[in-house]
Amino acid sequence: MVEMVSRPYERAFEKHALANPDVLCISADLTSSCEIDKFRDNHPDQFLSMGMAEQNMMSFCGGLGLAGYRPFIHTFGVFTYRRPYDQLMASIAYPRRKVRIMGFLPGITTPGGMTHQAIEDISVMRSMPNMTILETGDATEVESICEVADSIDGPVYCRVLRGSMPRLFDTPIVLGQMRELSLGSDVLIVTAGITTEEALRATAALEKAGVSVRHLHLNTIKPCNEQAILDHINSVKGGVITLENHVTEGGIGSLVAEVMADNGVGKKLKRLGLKDTYAHGGSRAYLMRYYGLDALALTQGVEDLLGQELNITEQDLSEARVDAVHSLAKAEGL
Amino acid sequence: MRNEKTTDDIALGIRRRVFEHAMRNNGGYLSQACSAAEQLAWLYNEELNLGAPTLPMIPKPFEGVPHADNPDYHTGAGYNGPFEPEYDRLFIAPAHYALVAYATLIETGRMAAEGLEMFNKDGSSVEMIGAEHSPGMEVHNGTLGIGLSTAAGLAWARKRRGEAGRVWVYMSDGEVQEGQTWEAIQCCAHHRIDNVKAIMDVNKQQCDGAMDSVMEVGDIKTKMENFGAVVVEVDAHNISDMREAAKTKHEGKPLIILANSNPFHAMPILEERFPRLHYVRFKSEEERARMNLSIAEALGVDPIDYAH
Repeated sequence: MVEMVSRPYERAFEKHALANPDVLCISADLTSSCEIDKFRDNHPDQFLSMGMAEQNMMSFCGGLGLAGYRPFIHTFGVFTYRRPYDQLMASIAYPRRKVRIMGFLPGITTPGGMTHQAIEDISVMRSMPNMTILETGDATEVESICEVADSIDGPVYCRVLRGSMPRLFDTPIVLGQMRELSLGSDVLIVTAGITTEEALRATAALEKAGVSVRHLHLNTIKPCNEQAILDHINSVKGGVITLENHVTEGGIGSLVAEVMADNGVGKKLKRLGLKDTYAHGGSRAYLMRYYGLDALALTQGVEDLLGQELNITEQDLSEARVDAVHSLAKAEGL
Repeated sequence: MRNEKTTDDIALGIRRRVFEHAMRNNGGYLSQACSAAEQLAWLYNEELNLGAPTLPMIPKPFEGVPHADNPDYHTGAGYNGPFEPEYDRLFIAPAHYALVAYATLIETGRMAAEGLEMFNKDGSSVEMIGAEHSPGMEVHNGTLGIGLSTAAGLAWARKRRGEAGRVWVYMSDGEVQEGQTWEAIQCCAHHRIDNVKAIMDVNKQQCDGAMDSVMEVGDIKTKMENFGAVVVEVDAHNISDMREAAKTKHEGKPLIILANSNPFHAMPILEERFPRLHYVRFKSEEERARMNLSIAEALGVDPIDYAH
């Protein structure tokens, strides 16, 4: 049984901020939604409310960075780059301010629908010079995100999970280092964020069906260790499959595609994720099933990739669930 | 560094330099020199508390943009002196005023005249739209509306650190069409950021023409006051007006000086080009020659020999 952890960000941020007086807690009217309400109440002089005005917030944080402060911006990921894209680019990314953007509710982890779902954030940030991108996939990664993000000499965008989440890993994020979760020789599965948990479930069923799985979890999406990815691609006989909580353009699927194309790798690549579509509002489990982002979609993708029937059913996967409670977790409110 | 010349002399010098440059290059940001010369001259020569420049009098060529692989990168803010707690900082929010700002640096002894020769030349740091690495620039402000927010963040930080230096912003009235300007004012008021001060060139012009024809903005003063600023209106060509305005108390609020300016001030012939004043490119050799004679006379200099 996997351990479930409640609100790891809340504790991790407080610990990091109190140890680093130049860290400022910035909020954009989503303070409790980003688990910093206790911090606001207990440490008001290190907390700055920017209201519902993201354009000003981005440039303001650029000014804070110019003075040597390291603002941690807390809001939903989608609100950090869609409306204030120009400010993010001109006031933060270009001058390499040490602004730490904590983007909550990545992809379809919110029932808030299109306006709340950051489904193309990685694509946007990957194409932004000077920006680093991190993504958390479990409680341990959320616990280490503040320290890792704050070690970066420049701006960083982080996909942060909130609420209750499993602990899949027992070591913190090491910047630039992907996790090698299995080292089989038939197919390479590359995941990040919440899709890693799905892939872990799928891996158990795939192995049972006789497929030797190599599985990488990316927590540092930019910069990416391309040589390491290439070595893993070269270590499997079959193809590569990516599963991302994001559109399939510009995210980790594209990242792997670029590595393969740049190096002339003649293997098949299957990219799973949102296929040139917006999502709608619903629970995480429902949305992952509906849009083909879950373990079943992954096993079916592997079938396609290998061109063989594996006869893996939903039942096989539910037995392999990392945590039964988690799958039933209610979609959180805003 | 200061008071070797009068502010009026500096304003005249700015216009003469911008005029000469525009004549030689068949056009330029002439109207901005008309409206802004006294404001920038007053800021640099009187109001701002700046140390001596830290960068070479003749600007270095472009040395790359900020990047992890460019560790020696620096901005052009060193022309405004060192980043010390007691000194003021200046943001020139409309980076399109760069030509006028560079002329100001020359007139106040902060940059060599050769700097203007590098304006808008390939490989130069003296860019047409002031870049972060251009002389006197603290950040990229070419996207209008971000200046006041950036200044507010720096001002809040300086207050927290107990620094005496203030943060000044040079603004243009077109920026009030951007929502971010209003977000910035409400933010300053909410957080009682009163070490930020702005002077806005209210020339009522924007790229497409007269602001009233492009997008009416109404009563800027009342709107700004309602958003939480202390606002004073002055004649942009009257230096003692600006001196007095800067003394206005504004505890807990930002100070914004609205400098009502004439976009043809000291170059009346430019009115012929109204309402397209944003960038004056001469339409013919005949017009260029006529403006050369007229503006030279108005500024008390010989016509520019631009053929050579």
